[in-house]
Amino acid sequence: MPQGAVLIRSDRCKGCGLCIQACPQQVLAFAETFNARGYRPVQLDERERSCTGCGVCAIVCPDVVFTVYRQPLRQPLRRAERR
Amino acid sequence: MTSLSLRASLREVSVPPQMEIVYAHPAALADVPMHYCPGCSHGAIHRMIAEVVDELAIRERTLCVAPVGCAVFAYKYFNFDSCEAAHGRAPAMATGLKRILPDRIIFTYQGDGDLASIGANEILHAALRGEPIGVIFVNNAVYGMTGGQMAPTTPVGMKTTSSPLGRDPLTQGRPIHLTEMLATISGVAYAVRRSMHSVAEMRKTKKAIRLAFQAQLQGLGLSLVEILAACPTNWRLTPVEALDFIRDRMASEYPVGDFKVDERLRNWSGEC
Amino acid sequence: MARALWKGNEALAEAAIRAGVDAFFGYPITPQTELLEYMARRMPELGRVFLQAESEIAAINMVYGAACAGARAMTSSSSPGISLMQEGLSYIAGSEVPCVVVDIMRGGPGLGNIQPSQADYFQLTRSAGHGDFHPLVLAPATLQEAVDLMYASFDLAFRYRTIVIIAGDGALGQMMEPVEMPPMRPPAQDRPDWAVFGAKGRPPRAITSLYLDAEELEQVNQRLQAKLKVIAAGEQRWECYLTEDADYLVVAFGTVARIAKSAVRAARAMGVRAGLFRPISLWPYPSGMLGTLIAQMRGVLVVEMNAGQMLEDVRMAVCGRVPVRFLGRMGGVIPLPDEIAAEIVHMARTRQRGNGHGAQRLLQFKE
Repeated sequence: MPQGAVLIRSDRCKGCGLCIQACPQQVLAFAETFNARGYRPVQLDERERSCTGCGVCAIVCPDVVFTVYRQPLRQPLRRAERR
Repeated sequence: MTSLSLRASLREVSVPPQMEIVYAHPAALADVPMHYCPGCSHGAIHRMIAEVVDELAIRERTLCVAPVGCAVFAYKYFNFDSCEAAHGRAPAMATGLKRILPDRIIFTYQGDGDLASIGANEILHAALRGEPIGVIFVNNAVYGMTGGQMAPTTPVGMKTTSSPLGRDPLTQGRPIHLTEMLATISGVAYAVRRSMHSVAEMRKTKKAIRLAFQAQLQGLGLSLVEILAACPTNWRLTPVEALDFIRDRMASEYPVGDFKVDERLRNWSGEC
Repeated sequence: MARALWKGNEALAEAAIRAGVDAFFGYPITPQTELLEYMARRMPELGRVFLQAESEIAAINMVYGAACAGARAMTSSSSPGISLMQEGLSYIAGSEVPCVVVDIMRGGPGLGNIQPSQADYFQLTRSAGHGDFHPLVLAPATLQEAVDLMYASFDLAFRYRTIVIIAGDGALGQMMEPVEMPPMRPPAQDRPDWAVFGAKGRPPRAITSLYLDAEELEQVNQRLQAKLKVIAAGEQRWECYLTEDADYLVVAFGTVARIAKSAVRAARAMGVRAGLFRPISLWPYPSGMLGTLIAQMRGVLVVEMNAGQMLEDVRMAVCGRVPVRFLGRMGGVIPLPDEIAAEIVHMARTRQRGNGHGAQRLLQFKE
């Protein structure tokens, strides 16, 4: 069971890759396909199952594509992390 | 990580229902795509401002004065009232707004050409008057909107479309350090420089934006947050390389740090 | 209210205060500085905004900001300062927010001098900034009229969401005359429904003049032009003096017009039936009324304190139907009644001899 997950608005992603570089768990990568704006959006590699929901991707993302989820029981919310 | 086999395995993510949202689109940011280039820092700075506005619960009384430059459409991206200023005149326009609306939170959002070149007089005198406005000063060392010309903040030696041999201090002068200059003015409550080149620095940037708004809520004077920002397109770098450029080239000319923090702000214990 | 002696610049300031001005932003420049100084004394004691800006550029952009918040905002300056304000005026026009500007004109070009001039006619009516727009320009000839126009200016500015410019000259700003001040109006309480003051209980608003899409900007311009047409149709102001039986018409505005009145009377004493047409609104120009008057005239004399700027509007209204002569003084020289009267008489005599027809002496500068 992963600790966290992210929802990605692929239509908003411009494929800058800042989140891929910043992700501590290295669970993000470019998609094979292109979005409507001609960019290869980022995707979460669900196979890794190691997203912690830390929110670093949301911090570095210039296009606000991430919604970040986290397991409430296994890891208590650290609100400061997203500020 | 980027091997073909791994890519092939990527698919749509479903979120387990028991998870809760720990980060979502801020309410003060309009839910529209932004026009900025891939990797441009403007979008993340807009988002941080919106997060701060939400956290301080001031969306209904905040006004943005947008600049001329890449962020000219900033007013389309915020879910609060805004005006579009002439190039460099945002501090004068914000002065007019603030004098009429002293209980509103007014901030300007300006680039380096807008603030440090054509608008240098307006920001200087807004600071001298101690106008209680916020100034978000995005320094990416070039005129982005017009295609990467030399800005007053361009580091010595940096090649731009109007300094093709690299900025020559003998004929083109040296970079201006506006935040340090404004920190010498008594009307300035808060003058800091931050950077967008790492997660840690971005967290500090957001905290600085929050303190700048807090300074205005306390009526302390002008608050200025200079932010070293990436312009991958005009720097001819990838978005990731652009972060290294900030760290290696810009931060040496423009050290991050606090140049002035009003004591009353230091004592503020609000969470950031 | 009893009449009292007022200085022009101060009378304009007091009239603006009585009209409910919320905010004044300005920068010192002769010959309008007394207006700013008066505001510096009066506005704070009324709890209103006075701010001496760091430049005319900043002053007009402060006006822009205050106007965006729905305030009755104004500035005042003189010719070189108005040049600096052109950027802000263009943005204000493009954003369709109201404001009032006083221009106490002085000699130019360049630093020129501080003497009276009317050489901003083109700047105010034609080129108050880049892009297609016209401010509503009102040119008083007496201090009472200046006060009355100033008092009405904010209502006009807000009715049309446009710039209103009170165009005086150094003589008007510096002279003293008896004036009856209008009553004090309370500042407006409600904010207009287009203003920005915080998006509480409504969707956010943005005030901008930026429209990147060509078709969209053309539509904005068409809307602006339609509004200007309404102003042009409804806001033409003028005064006719002794025109009922006149054969020869003097056209002059502002300070020159009051001098021309003496000249018209002097010409009549010399046997020439002269009259005066005085445009009060320089934009919109009262071309229709002038065109109507022309039908009975045998000649027109335009007198200005410039090289012939309103002259172009007169020629467009006259359309070649009668000869148009011009008398212009520049550099701060004010034409005397005698020289205007001599021009009227000269025009009448050459016309009677048949020499003047079609041979327009457009420019005649007195050394």
